[in-house]
Amino acid sequence: MTSILSLDNVSVSLPPGADRPFALENVSLDVNRGEIVCVVGESGSGKSMMANAVMRLLPQGVAIESGRIIFAGENLATATEAEMRRIRGARLAMIFQEPMTALNPLRTIGNQIGETFRIHTALGKSEIESKVLDLLREVHIPDPPHAMLAYPHELSGGQRQRAMIAMALALDPAVLIADEPTTALDVTTQAQILALIRDLQRRKGTAVLFITHDFGVVREIADRVAVMQNGSIVEQGSASQVLNAPSHPYTRQLIAAVPALKAPPERTISKEIILKIDQVSKTYRKNGWFGRTTRTTHAVDNVSLELHRGSTLGIVGESGSGKSTLARCIVRLIEPDTGSIRLGDLDLVTLSRSQMRDERHRIQMVFQDPSGSLNPRRRAGELVAQGLVAGGTGLRDAMATAEELLELVGLDRRAIDRFPHEFSGGQRQRIGLARALALRPQVLVADEPVSALDVSVQAQVLVLLGELRTKLGLSTIFITHDLRVAAQVCDFVAVMKSGAVVEYGPIGKVFGEPSHSYTQALLQSIPGQQMSASARISD
Amino acid sequence: MAAVAGTLFPGDPLALAGRPLQWPAENARFWLGTDNSGRDIAAQIFHGSRISLLIGLVATSIAVGIGIVIGAVAGYYGGAVDTILMRITEAFQTLPNFLLLLLLVAVFGSNLMTVTIAIGVVSWPAPARLTRAEFLSLRNREFVEACRTLGLRDTQIIFREILPNALPPIIVYASVVMAVAILLESALAFLRLSDPNVASWGNLIGLGRDVLRTQWFVSAIPGLAILTTVLAVSLVGQGLNDALNPRLRRRPTERAGIGGQ
Repeated sequence: MTSILSLDNVSVSLPPGADRPFALENVSLDVNRGEIVCVVGESGSGKSMMANAVMRLLPQGVAIESGRIIFAGENLATATEAEMRRIRGARLAMIFQEPMTALNPLRTIGNQIGETFRIHTALGKSEIESKVLDLLREVHIPDPPHAMLAYPHELSGGQRQRAMIAMALALDPAVLIADEPTTALDVTTQAQILALIRDLQRRKGTAVLFITHDFGVVREIADRVAVMQNGSIVEQGSASQVLNAPSHPYTRQLIAAVPALKAPPERTISKEIILKIDQVSKTYRKNGWFGRTTRTTHAVDNVSLELHRGSTLGIVGESGSGKSTLARCIVRLIEPDTGSIRLGDLDLVTLSRSQMRDERHRIQMVFQDPSGSLNPRRRAGELVAQGLVAGGTGLRDAMATAEELLELVGLDRRAIDRFPHEFSGGQRQRIGLARALALRPQVLVADEPVSALDVSVQAQVLVLLGELRTKLGLSTIFITHDLRVAAQVCDFVAVMKSGAVVEYGPIGKVFGEPSHSYTQALLQSIPGQQMSASARISD
Repeated sequence: MAAVAGTLFPGDPLALAGRPLQWPAENARFWLGTDNSGRDIAAQIFHGSRISLLIGLVATSIAVGIGIVIGAVAGYYGGAVDTILMRITEAFQTLPNFLLLLLLVAVFGSNLMTVTIAIGVVSWPAPARLTRAEFLSLRNREFVEACRTLGLRDTQIIFREILPNALPPIIVYASVVMAVAILLESALAFLRLSDPNVASWGNLIGLGRDVLRTQWFVSAIPGLAILTTVLAVSLVGQGLNDALNPRLRRRPTERAGIGGQ
């Protein structure tokens, strides 16, 4: 096989003052015709920078310092802007992570795909139109003539990504660079898009440079794998070699951190029910003119669940399934329309605002985005102590407790004086956890607490949650879209779809022998099914 | 200038000092000349800067204070509260600022205090809208929800948690309000509707109006003073904007490029 794109000792420098001098350091990588090369690494490893370097789309102040990027005999590292423009889009195409932001919201899909033809070819209007239609058919968009006239917001996330792929493939590029193309998508959509990329690549013989952080995706799609850490490639080789017999310790660590889709051994769980959610509903109405209801969304539809003392109840589902709305209803950030939420023998729904304020300490929440959930202008200690102070504890006592809690969640006591931006994502999530624990809650509601974190950090936080559960006897409601994470921590699981719970039971039973078709589809869509089993054998 | 007025020009700046309408540099004692009643223009300019800045600062504080409270409450609670408060704001916005100011001064009289308060009262809608916009985007952030789950009271959340995050653009905008406040006072004084018993730049321009075609310097000198002050305040505002905007701070090269053009 001949290599179509090859990086030869490429170094990319960062502006002075960045956390390291080079974004990429002596990176050498070959992409051969007709193969998919996956670049894997955690955030900040320089994998996206590599894609941008090849496209010569580096941000200001970042430049290719040395090395050569050879694409079909041309050195892209020294090519002029005009030469790059000729190559980009036509022979070297790129798909981005978030199709909504990568598409122009004011122009139709057909118009945007056709643009590639208008720029690079001399085709007439009707020819372009028929070509665009062919492309949309090729990427299996439902109803292509209609999709061509649609604006980006009128399509679903998966359809938008298909349109992006159609655009990238318009001129049969020799190399397709895909930068985390499925990260923003739901797991069932992700499986479809991966199958599509694989299928198109086989038929057209395009070489693909696929950038991802997810080892499951790598297992699904890669021919060869390169693992990056801190701007260098630490290991590369064939997919089976890297995944089954990783030689570098970092690769081994990353693979080991991928949670297995296997329920933990069943624990003995107290029969006592601490939180009982009974027929809770929340409906959003969009009112048109003159009070007519134009659209009704059942965000949470008649949900009944029970949480046993000391257990973890997982709520899983794709985006828009209503799981976050349910979580916010439970802690009364959103007022449910009907139903009751009984904590012990107290119905939270009937409480007034000020009564609820007095009961807040019994039920606490951990949020998804570790940087968004901490006030950027407060120090870690204040953030943790805030709830205590609001509850009437003296400042000095509260700060002392905060110090203890920071230690409990695995942070240094001195962290108390630092601002959120001085911590890493995983550390911030620990602060969020410490804040929730400060009020000694009986029930902890965790809304996607690990989905914004890298896989190795995610594993650490999950271990911490497990430890705290046994140490403090916490009862937890754990919301996640990642079934592998749910399998690790939950005792019970509820699968939600369009606001309703479609399946509910002990995790071993739901994941082992799913009875609902949607649960089965979810489980089948998880990329890299065999992954964990084989990785464990090689360990 | 405001700081040294007292030492450079002791005594009442409105006291008669010499022959009226002397040209600048004509008499060594009055290096900016005298006005139509024979008062020292230089002394009036220096003392006037105190008045103009005082009016600017106080009126801005009033405007921004009202604006923040109304904007914060409207933005945080949303719904009906927001609708009512924003309709009131719009009612104020639809009236031309200056007409409303004239009306207030006509009703409540024109001494220094009423003029300052009146200027503050007509300038609050814009800061209120800005604060509301900031609050609308901040109130759904997870850290605010986190504070609510911790059981913090609404007032605590509004003023101690959200407001510090919303403040940078408001501070920057305050400099614009201040420049406008100084201009409003001058305009008022030009129409001889401001407090005639203090030395303000606007009063001086108003006086000069009668002799504008022959002794134009009487109006031109305070005019220049207003121009430079308003310019300075705006530049401070722009500087604040750059200093408080983290995105601009990270790109010093680009800013230098723009500055060089």
